[in-house]
Amino acid sequence: MSSTLWSTPVSAMTESSDRLLPGRAVLTFVLPGLSQLMRGRIASGGFVLLLWLGFAWIPIMRWERVTGAISGPWDHQLALITWILGVTMILLWSFLQERREKTFHTISTRSQWSLAWRAFGKSKVAVASAMTVVVFYLVALLAPFLAPFDPAAQGSLLTERMLAPSLLHPLGTDQFARDVLSRALYGARISLTIGFVAVSISMTIGTLLGATSGFLGGKVDAVVMRFVDMVISFPRLVLLIAIIAFFEPSIFLIVAVLGLTQWPQPTRLVRGEVLSLREREFIQAGRALGFSRARLILRHIIPNTLVPVIVAATLGIGDTIVLEAGLSFLGLGVQPPTASWGTMVADGRDNLLGAWWISTFPGLAIVFIVLSFNLAGDGLRDALDPRLRS
Amino acid sequence: MIPFLVRRLLGAVPIVLGIATIVFFVLSLAPGDAASFFVSPNITPEVLEQMRRNMGLDQPVHIRYLRWMGSMLRGDFGISFSRNQPVRDIIAEILPNTLILAFCAVVLAFAAGILIGVFQAVRQNRFSDSSLSVVGLFFYSMPSFWLALMLILIFSLSARNLWDWPIWFPVSGMTSVDYPFMGPMEQLRDRVMHLVLPSVSLALVLAAGIARYMRGSMLEVIRQDYIRTARSKGLSEASVIFKHALRNGLIPIITLLGLYLPFLFSGAVLIETVFAWPGMGRLLVDAIFQRDYPVVMAGTFIFAVMVVVGNLIADVLYALVDPRIRYD
Repeated sequence: MSSTLWSTPVSAMTESSDRLLPGRAVLTFVLPGLSQLMRGRIASGGFVLLLWLGFAWIPIMRWERVTGAISGPWDHQLALITWILGVTMILLWSFLQERREKTFHTISTRSQWSLAWRAFGKSKVAVASAMTVVVFYLVALLAPFLAPFDPAAQGSLLTERMLAPSLLHPLGTDQFARDVLSRALYGARISLTIGFVAVSISMTIGTLLGATSGFLGGKVDAVVMRFVDMVISFPRLVLLIAIIAFFEPSIFLIVAVLGLTQWPQPTRLVRGEVLSLREREFIQAGRALGFSRARLILRHIIPNTLVPVIVAATLGIGDTIVLEAGLSFLGLGVQPPTASWGTMVADGRDNLLGAWWISTFPGLAIVFIVLSFNLAGDGLRDALDPRLRS
Repeated sequence: MIPFLVRRLLGAVPIVLGIATIVFFVLSLAPGDAASFFVSPNITPEVLEQMRRNMGLDQPVHIRYLRWMGSMLRGDFGISFSRNQPVRDIIAEILPNTLILAFCAVVLAFAAGILIGVFQAVRQNRFSDSSLSVVGLFFYSMPSFWLALMLILIFSLSARNLWDWPIWFPVSGMTSVDYPFMGPMEQLRDRVMHLVLPSVSLALVLAAGIARYMRGSMLEVIRQDYIRTARSKGLSEASVIFKHALRNGLIPIITLLGLYLPFLFSGAVLIETVFAWPGMGRLLVDAIFQRDYPVVMAGTFIFAVMVVVGNLIADVLYALVDPRIRYD
């Protein structure tokens, strides 16, 4: 990857805008993103400003929970760490942006990655979906601060059961008088963690196996590919429920099994890439230099297969989230009272007409996060493929 | 053509055997065994031990594996614990129900997906194209069981109870309670009505994916020279699109049939549960909760075999449709 240094003059050379007034410097740290927004960078400025307002809302409205988090349970501590990191990153971003406006030129590298980053930024849909993904993950991490109620706490079964959406319960309550919004916020943690971890597992296995099998060829390749054919023939949900049913369902089991049943797809993908890569000159050069096979695979083959793997992973997270929801819907996933979007949809099944909100909102959450991952994946594919970049 | 078919069939045999092996070892890895179905306070450990011996569970793994493969090859899947019936009979009775549902869903999905895809390709980058893409991706991202619940809410519960629509769809089972007392035409109508919502909720998710591929495939075909030739001959646009372009555009779509079958059957498990459809998926889920080992093993195996068979059909269709494929 050649990273040539180019120095590009930036419009900030005009003296007027770069001289920061003290008031604007304060503004940078009070309302980060606002100055970017005013300069016309609506997407990034507006996004940061909104995030900042959200972060600011937490200590204002939930002060006791934030202070109690230090000695609280681990998820409250994690939320506190997320909050501190998030605030720091926003301030840092804002500071760097302001400083960049002041300097006479920026130095930008034109590596493949930065080109791809710029191409990705040009697609509005892709950027919006990536932002949605970020927001969903933040919500999942900050759920203990954001949720208005305890997700597992039951209200009065006589007076608070299946209440329609209102100001107090924006998404209503379910048949056990639990707040649907709080459960949906906590449910995000399950779906998003499982999706991310399971896909990481399967992509790691798939990349290593596919690269090895494609590079070595011969008998190893034949055996691995026949095995892939067999595992791919199972409808994944059927295989999953057959495995999970006979063990005790737990989050760890589900993550492991989801990860261990998805590897055939990336294996096929990577193998296909490697078959063409291994004939290329740079691999021949590596062979001529006497590199070991392990070094060739790990240092030279795998980095060159990363692009399709990243795209497949982004799309795969969406599939995994849907699959996990399906398992939970059948009662084979996350066990109650832990909230997960799939179990919440199942909770509302028996009262569809009387209390449509119980099933509808968690399902919509699934649709939106999966849609965002799919759109972001499409955008990544377009941005990472040099042939599609204009 | 015949040697090609034979070779493909023979190639599927080791895959089917491998699938049976995977099913066996996955389930024998699990803690507990088939006898756990009978565990209850009324059963003494001695009786349980006797049952284990009767079922051959005291044998080492490799003996049990060979026995299972042997009886499978003879088409004997054992006897269901919960129904006290040979598993083969249960499956023979229930498999057609799943096949009906899957067949309707596939036909619907491909018909809708192909039509939408062609329409989008013809109107590339217009508003109708991009809005259909967004709607399609929305359905593509949807969990089928949630879509099913929403369809039930709208087209059955609300339609009947809130809005007094003239038509609402039944949501449970394959037939109504009074099915035996209906006339033949009534019976047919009843069956079709029961099929609508399950097959639509299975098909919509697939159709969205098919439309995406169809659009891409048609766009490639439309750019080719022979299409320009057809247009310059003065053929009508309809004839160019549907007679000349569609045929070649359809070829890559056939592979989707094989690719989507695992998704289709995964979806069928959920949809059958939602609609209380007496099919393989529900049989499997029920069997899992009842720890009915023979049914779980047979059901998992049958599902995988259906995918293999579906892939075979897709391969053969592909070879039939595309003369560029060589049979050797």
